Amino acid sequence: MQAISKRNNDARLTSAQPVSFKPLAILSHGQRLTADRAFKLVAGGISSIVLVILVAIVFELYQQSRLSIDAFGIEFIWGTVWDPAISEVFGALPVIYGTLVTSVLALLFGVPLSLGTAIVLSELAPQSLRSPASFVVELLAAIPSVIYGLWGIFTLAPALRDYAYPAVQSALGFLPLFQGPISGLGVLTGGIILAIMIIPTVSAVSRDVLAAVPDTQREAAFALGASRWQAAKTVLSYGRSGIIGATILGLGRAVGETMAITMVIGNRFDIFTSLFEPGYTMAAIIANEFTEATFDLYLSALIEVGLILFIVATTVNVVARLIVWRSMKMVRGAVLE
Amino acid sequence: MQPREKKSNKKMLAAVGIILVVLIAVGAYYSFGTTNPPATTTTSGINTMTYESMQPVTLNGAGATFPFPLISKMSAEYNKLYPAVQINYQSIGSGGGIRQFTVKTVDFGASDAPLSDAQFANVTGPLHIPFTIGGVVPTYNVPGVDSGLKFTGPILADIFLGKITKWNDPQLVAINPGVNLPSADIIVVHRSDGSGTTYVWTNYLSDVSSEWKENVGKSTSVNWPVGLGGKGNEGVAGIVTQNPNSLGYNEFAYATINKITFGAVQNAAGNYVLPSLESFTAAVSAASSTLPKGDENWSKVSIIDSIVSNSSAANAYPVTSFSYLLVYKELNIIPGMDLNRAKALVSFLWWTVHDGQQYASPLVYVPLPGSVVTLDEATIKTITFNGQSVFQG
Amino acid sequence: MIPSHPSLRRAKDRAMIVLCVLALGIALIPLVSILTSILLNGVGVLNLSFFTELPAAVGESGGGIANAIQGTLILIATASVIGVPIGIIAGIYLSEYRESKLASVVRFFTDVLTEFPSIVIGIFAYTVIVLYFRSFSVIAGAFALSVIMLPIVIRTTEEAVRLVPNNIREAGIALGLPRWKTTTRIVVPAARSGIVTGTMLSLARAAGETAPLLLTAFNSFYWFSCMTKPVASLSMYIFIFSISPFPDWRAKAWGAALVLMLMILTLSIVVRYVTRGRYGLHA
Repeated sequence: MQAISKRNNDARLTSAQPVSFKPLAILSHGQRLTADRAFKLVAGGISSIVLVILVAIVFELYQQSRLSIDAFGIEFIWGTVWDPAISEVFGALPVIYGTLVTSVLALLFGVPLSLGTAIVLSELAPQSLRSPASFVVELLAAIPSVIYGLWGIFTLAPALRDYAYPAVQSALGFLPLFQGPISGLGVLTGGIILAIMIIPTVSAVSRDVLAAVPDTQREAAFALGASRWQAAKTVLSYGRSGIIGATILGLGRAVGETMAITMVIGNRFDIFTSLFEPGYTMAAIIANEFTEATFDLYLSALIEVGLILFIVATTVNVVARLIVWRSMKMVRGAVLE
Repeated sequence: MQPREKKSNKKMLAAVGIILVVLIAVGAYYSFGTTNPPATTTTSGINTMTYESMQPVTLNGAGATFPFPLISKMSAEYNKLYPAVQINYQSIGSGGGIRQFTVKTVDFGASDAPLSDAQFANVTGPLHIPFTIGGVVPTYNVPGVDSGLKFTGPILADIFLGKITKWNDPQLVAINPGVNLPSADIIVVHRSDGSGTTYVWTNYLSDVSSEWKENVGKSTSVNWPVGLGGKGNEGVAGIVTQNPNSLGYNEFAYATINKITFGAVQNAAGNYVLPSLESFTAAVSAASSTLPKGDENWSKVSIIDSIVSNSSAANAYPVTSFSYLLVYKELNIIPGMDLNRAKALVSFLWWTVHDGQQYASPLVYVPLPGSVVTLDEATIKTITFNGQSVFQG
Repeated sequence: MIPSHPSLRRAKDRAMIVLCVLALGIALIPLVSILTSILLNGVGVLNLSFFTELPAAVGESGGGIANAIQGTLILIATASVIGVPIGIIAGIYLSEYRESKLASVVRFFTDVLTEFPSIVIGIFAYTVIVLYFRSFSVIAGAFALSVIMLPIVIRTTEEAVRLVPNNIREAGIALGLPRWKTTTRIVVPAARSGIVTGTMLSLARAAGETAPLLLTAFNSFYWFSCMTKPVASLSMYIFIFSISPFPDWRAKAWGAALVLMLMILTLSIVVRYVTRGRYGLHA
């Protein structure tokens, strides 16, 4: 889609006409600096709105979890009982575990598929296919998660249960990860449906990132005798930070997804050992039980799960950033920003 | 910058602006011809409320999913009679309905469970108006087995406790002679979301099994010992229909309309009763002598509790329950309430327990028996606005 | 970078290309399956009254989702007005002033914000707006949607602007333009396509979200009346109809999903056409 003009990125300035100087020549150097500073200030101020919103959300979460925090303390994090009916004890470990596992599965399956798709769409596909293919991929980002969930229950889960899972179990059944009864609804199906849901976003953004890489990079690689794949690797490396950004967006969708995952994961509040077992995630338990939380401690416990989700998300992001920072230091070949 | 580039940027900004305007305009276009009808003067020929002048009114309600089809049908029919009145009911769950009712963001609530003691204490002057009746049925998917498989309460409790694990367990075989039950494991399915349906089902299991009552309890959401969780009636039904040898529970209306196999449950008289509108009515009749007044505490009210040891109710289906409308006795505590809206709300409530009941059976809901209607009439007559009684007989 | 044996290189090249195409194929299978489900299940429901009428009562045939179409348009337009300008400006700031402390902090927390479940955002909007004004409203719903859209727009804008080659910026400065002018008049238009992709993705996401609207815009079976009252939306209709016991309502859910797809597709095409650069459809 961006092929032709992006390829002419560097050529653009040479073919452009001279810039009109008139208004600028009148401004003094000092005035121009002030305008720059004002722009930076205004833009920075608007960017801070994100911080304001985040702080407000976390503050609200904290306020509403006070009841639960006071009741259970730090043990909430490794508690494994969720009993709103009799003992009114709540704990979050199974859902923290479920969220982490399903997110990892989603990225494991979803990111390679998305990258492959993005590479094909931006590097390998013929010109004519790229535009419509890109539209289709963006369209898929609009499918409501309820529809994904319905498709999951009636199409995906039965297909996996009848064809894919038995094969996996016979091949890898010696691992505890793949043992146990197969019902089609469980953690692995949850991970797969999340992977499918993040493909549109991750591939669309990655495709844009790859397409925006200047042609000079590709040309340099080809000039050095690289094959198409090697040139693609160079492009990937140049756009690395953008692809990581796309992955973060995908991770966001995976961690925060509620409807679709709750319809296929089996919603069992337990620490699972096999991927075929049912599980539960933080987003799913909040969505499932929030409107029906009949007493204040219950509601507070659910909100505290939301707060823990925030903490987990922050931790994951910190870890991801550290990994990226380490890998950025090892630059090979391509010129990075 | 080149004038042509300047122009194209301006064009782009203008175009984006136009798009936004068009979006809103298209949205507004749909509004032509959709303004609310002007004030009319009507006297009702059907119910006995009289309007002096009917300003256009929208009333918002929130609550249980179970009665949603019925309330939406009633709202539509009432709107045909009185075009100035729009009832907007959304199903966000019984608990959600109670909570929005408590914080007064809606004009009325609906719930499958009555207010608990704590919830009742939290609100000033709530009224319970039972307006329809439903039942929860065991749904299953056993190849070769049709509807009507017999269950007893203790057997169901043991299945959901995980103590009975196979379809051909001796207890099931004993009460179902001649039925070919497989030796497969029972896949238990329950609700993952909090729900009034779960409240009703666990109410029943608590009554028939002391182990259930002590360890799991009765609530809209419980700590299920075994089983898969499905979201909503449709989630449970979906899992049951897609997985052979599974057993779950659903609203009768849902199971019937979607032709899901369901079983018969033994009642206190020893009969295995198939759920049906008749057997629900029988249950209500056996229980309705002990209902409190509308403004009293209904937390102990339960048709299930009333008939679980009533051995003379021969045809009663044991897992039957009311669905309630919740409304404030003194309406001026709801923000935005005025006399017009109060009149509209009260007349709608009156209509739902009288003429509105005709829409119940076609949608597989049980119409209210006469004794309950009388109780509700008395309740509705106590509603006031600024101290004045709203109902005008 | 260049392994020694030429035919090994060719083989590896071919193998990786096959893998990439395979990835595309595997990714497409479920996506095509879902689209087909929507098409097959939804197309039978579409007729003129579906687009122009209010919903019929249960058990009555006919009726439509016109008010839901109206509501979704109004909601995403309002959410865009709130979220898109802020998002684009923030994305530009994060990219152009990358080295500042504020940018690092904002970028980090933008990433965290994408990982909030939409239900939590909905609860937040409920607490802040609905409880305060004691009423469900379009504004509360649009606010919740804009918070969901914001991180997507910011992230994609930042990446798009960052990828504009430095020599363009340098050229602008060499020609005497102040930095802010270089940014707004040269760099951002060059990143136009990526920004549009990000905005469309966020719009698509917002149009399909249900959980944040549950407790904010609430839903309605009547026409839009006022920004401070509940409003219908396609995503809420899909949710409500799909969980109902009635097969004809469930069919309408698929129809509504199809309409939502068509709406997003149309919007996407129109926006791309309008924001295309001088070289036709390619920005």
